[in-house]
Amino acid sequence: MTSTGVADAAPIEDLLRELAPQVLGVLARQSGDFDAAEDAVQEALIAAADHWPRDGLPESPRAWLLRTAGRRLIDQHRSEQARSSRELQTGLEAATSPAATPPDEDDTLTVLFLCCHPSLTPASAIALTLRAVGGLTTAQIASAFLVPEATMAQRISRAKRTIRDAGATFRMPAAGTPEHEAALRNVLHVLYLVFNEGYVSSGGSELDAPELADEAIRLARLVHGQLPEDAEAAGLLALMLLIDARRPARVDASGDPIPLADQDRSRWDRARIAEGVTILDAAIATGRVGEYQFQAAIAAIHDRAPTAAETDWSQIAALYEMLERITGSPVVRLNRAVAAGMADGPAAGLALLDGLDGTVAAHRLEAVRAHLLEMAGDVDGAVRHYQAAARLTTNLPEQRYLAMRAARLRVEGG
Amino acid sequence: MTKYFLIVDFQPGIAETPMEEWQPDEIEAHLDYYRRLNRELVASGELVQQEVLTGPDLAKVVTFDGVTAPVVTDGPFQEFKEWIAGYQIVDVDSEERAIEIAAQYSAVPGPGGAPIQQPITVRRVMEFAPRSTPEMEDWLETAGGARRA
Repeated sequence: MTSTGVADAAPIEDLLRELAPQVLGVLARQSGDFDAAEDAVQEALIAAADHWPRDGLPESPRAWLLRTAGRRLIDQHRSEQARSSRELQTGLEAATSPAATPPDEDDTLTVLFLCCHPSLTPASAIALTLRAVGGLTTAQIASAFLVPEATMAQRISRAKRTIRDAGATFRMPAAGTPEHEAALRNVLHVLYLVFNEGYVSSGGSELDAPELADEAIRLARLVHGQLPEDAEAAGLLALMLLIDARRPARVDASGDPIPLADQDRSRWDRARIAEGVTILDAAIATGRVGEYQFQAAIAAIHDRAPTAAETDWSQIAALYEMLERITGSPVVRLNRAVAAGMADGPAAGLALLDGLDGTVAAHRLEAVRAHLLEMAGDVDGAVRHYQAAARLTTNLPEQRYLAMRAARLRVEGG
Repeated sequence: MTKYFLIVDFQPGIAETPMEEWQPDEIEAHLDYYRRLNRELVASGELVQQEVLTGPDLAKVVTFDGVTAPVVTDGPFQEFKEWIAGYQIVDVDSEERAIEIAAQYSAVPGPGGAPIQQPITVRRVMEFAPRSTPEMEDWLETAGGARRA
């Protein structure tokens, strides 16, 4: 590596992501127009991504972004109404002067809460959060979701209109209020969904999709850092770390998923697991258990098992049972059935499947039933249900896996 | 969000005459309806792609045994009304929403301005990977991998 005077792209990207919501916070507060401020920041980010790698970092990147975005915002307002733009200009000049407010972390959280406003559908909240808080460009978000850029741009504009029409303003609900609590649950749910989208984006291997899992972890870390007392915010961060630790081992060279039992556990990220376990233990010690902490605890049991055969399925089954009690979720019951099958034998698992028809994805129920029947030695039944699962699934790797499983069983008889 | 493929073929619905034989204002109303619907779906961020296809006159069938030269013919084709005339790919929150959009395409006006009730086939697009990390992890943990293949 030689020093060339031009800045590296990766640290610049990190810096932009960190600064984006801070700059947006200042502009949204000054202008009272979150929608226009968000557009202006997006333009400034694109300009920075273009200039900085070539010209080097400005002396104060934050001030540069504030100035650039502020100018665009003023231009936009000037064309609309002259008077208010003067007021805005005065306000922005004060805000963007070098002596002005130091970085205000709280603004980032305020932006995040607004982007996860309850008036939005999860898909809209995800897109807006990635752009306004994550500092991603519309093009990057579009490529992560495999849709054209124009389609994603429309979704984001629509999301901002929805927030405005719902009468949301740029302020944090007071801590400890039910409003704050409800908003925080929503934020955590959106971050969980961003993390979940990680697998979808890994699909189009030729696309330059950002790692949504990394972004979700960064944002969950931020929320946990700002609200360290919240056990579920901690639980969510722990869950993400404990699952993400397996990322290096979970697909093969051709990108096909590798089942947990067949993963090379030496490739799991031990540092991530240790960090996740530490955060989880501290959260559980507060005594305010919740959904994310249970899920994290289950992930931790898998992560701690030196081999698949040494997995403590009894403990996993017990945790799923408790999770089912607080969520009432049929999906959790389905997972519990597999864990019970592994811990207490296939009959125990099959008994738990009763009544699940129509409440969970049909292919998942078929696959689990097939698996338990295979364990019980019912080859014909297992083949039939694996075939049904293969017909009903909506993704390719799973379809191939299930078809292969059915074919093998048919030929080899288990 | 889930992607659906909405396919329209050459089944005429209740319209008894082909479009070439309609009144000019009927054709205009028909096309306006499509334009308006497409604009709405673009604005809602749901329309991913759409294409209208040429007909059998310009179609070819290609077969190849991997050894000699590929064989290119002008047929034989399936019945004309089974031909795919065009499609939309929409990315929507639910199957219900995909069906709602398909219904709007089906109700495009024909002769006399009446909805022609064209059949629209709704197909879910297969994904490259499980939809989400929990779904994937569940699958890897359970049906996919609890027992070695």
